[in-house]
Amino acid sequence: MLKVSGVHTFYGAIEALKGVDIEIGAGEIVSLIGANGAGKSTLLMTICGSPRARMGRITFEGQDITQMPTYELVRLGIAQSPEGRRIFPRMSVLENLQMGSITAKPGSFANELERVLTLFPRLKERISQRAGTMSGGEQQMLAIGRALMSQPRLLLLDEPSLGLAPLVVKQIFQAVKDINREQKMTVFMVEQNAFHALKLAHRGYVMVNGKVTMSGTGAELLANEEVRSAYLEGGH
Amino acid sequence: MEYFLQQLINGLSLGAIYGLIAIGYTMVYGIIGMINFAHGEIYMIGAFVALITFLAIGSLGITWVPLALLVMLVASMLFTAVYGWTVERIAYRPLRSSPRLAPLISAIGMSIFLQNYVQILQGARSKPLQPILPGNLTLMDGAVSVSYVRLATIIITIALMYGFTQLITRTSLGRAQRACEQDKKMASLLGVNVDRVISLTFVMGAALAAVAGMMVLLIYGVIDFYIGFLAGVKAFTAAVLGGIGSLPGAMLGGVVIGLIEAFWSGYMGSEWKDVATFTILVLVLIFRPTGLLGRPEIEKV
Ligand SMILES: Nc1ncnc2c1ncn2[C@@H]1O[C@H](COP(=O)(O)OP(=O)(O)OP(=O)(O)O)[C@@H](O)[C@H]1O
Ligand SMILES: [Mg+2]
Repeated sequence: MLKVSGVHTFYGAIEALKGVDIEIGAGEIVSLIGANGAGKSTLLMTICGSPRARMGRITFEGQDITQMPTYELVRLGIAQSPEGRRIFPRMSVLENLQMGSITAKPGSFANELERVLTLFPRLKERISQRAGTMSGGEQQMLAIGRALMSQPRLLLLDEPSLGLAPLVVKQIFQAVKDINREQKMTVFMVEQNAFHALKLAHRGYVMVNGKVTMSGTGAELLANEEVRSAYLEGGH
Repeated sequence: MEYFLQQLINGLSLGAIYGLIAIGYTMVYGIIGMINFAHGEIYMIGAFVALITFLAIGSLGITWVPLALLVMLVASMLFTAVYGWTVERIAYRPLRSSPRLAPLISAIGMSIFLQNYVQILQGARSKPLQPILPGNLTLMDGAVSVSYVRLATIIITIALMYGFTQLITRTSLGRAQRACEQDKKMASLLGVNVDRVISLTFVMGAALAAVAGMMVLLIYGVIDFYIGFLAGVKAFTAAVLGGIGSLPGAMLGGVVIGLIEAFWSGYMGSEWKDVATFTILVLVLIFRPTGLLGRPEIEKV
């Protein structure tokens, strides 16, 4: 479904991605783990064309999207809940969700809204609150909910569990699992919480310093000694 | 009392004009974080297009006043919108990722260019217009008289501001504009064509300035290529006074400045009215640096 081949991305003179190859099949949950600054967020943003890959190729369902304008990707079915949530602070929760559905089919808004609010009942209680005044966890739910509003086929999640209480983390991962199973949505997820991420995922990649160094099924990576010592030390 | 009412109405109509221009400053600032220094010239062009349209339709034999006014309004808004769009394309878009000083200078250049352009095409002398909408509404046994033009200015401005507020708060375009103000990259991830939204913002600001230009033409009956400068400065002041980036702020700032000018001129003579205006601006900014309705940043992001 998504194929990233030989992608290099630069911030000025800094090379953040140094030839990344990744492939994601339809219906999969794929997790990407790696240390801070490894280039995980850069990879997700490069898939969306911002920043743009300087070398290499990205295809989505066979179509070359390497040079496609960012705003068109969501029409193809790619949605992202980016690093730092980036909700619109001076809009209400409802308006944020409406922003998520600008490319959705007309008439589907009410259904999609219903679905997202069932997934995150917390958002329903807060529907007219200014998003910037919500708690971090609520903002995270909003960011994911907003990405879901476009009914994407590929959902990109950047650290969905960041800053959340263990119980909420569990809910979010459960939600990802449900969406994947019930709606056949493909999920590509960046996570610090390597244990949960690999347990949930069908497959995983490990990124070090702008390069993919390891890949395998979630179970394989969880069992791998290197992965355990680098990312799972101290338990989960 | 009558004198007071008279000044009040003069001040409100003047304030409506400043407010209409100020919206353009405040919206552009909101979305690209820069002051559009060519905006005063856009207003001036709006006045000229209205004048030229009037002369053109007069020569076509259209003399029914409501129709003439409507055609003037539409033509002025349309043509001026094209100028607004062009200013963004030429002076701002190519410099979007340059240091902030670059677009500032190109906008000032644009402003000078537009002034000279109108001066060359239309001449340096001021252009008169016969009163199209003469007559006054008299109140209180003739003690207060309000010209129909000023009345129309106030009513049209209120209607436009209402429609405009609805557009910004209720439509998907307005939502996209506010989203771009807050986070352009995120907006584009969600499918907003940010360049188009920025273009439309310039277009809307220009169309509103065109209305102001036409109203000034009708009220004073005379315009020249230089009217954009002072009106631009005043409207910019109104936007800052109200809180730059805030739509209701721009309207309020315009009205406050219009009222100060009218009352100062009415009671103190017109000599020091600009000094009075700027003194109030400085005082407000000392006590409320974000302007009257500017938002203090309280969100956690
Ligand atoms: N806008 C930017 N300008 C310059 N350098 C950047 C920029 N964004 C990221 N970088 C650099 O690129 C590298 C990769 O950053 P990235 O955000 O992709 O890491 P990450 O794997 O997501 O890290 P984390 O786990 O901390 O989120 C880092 O060295 C970072 O400093
Ligand atoms: Mg990151």
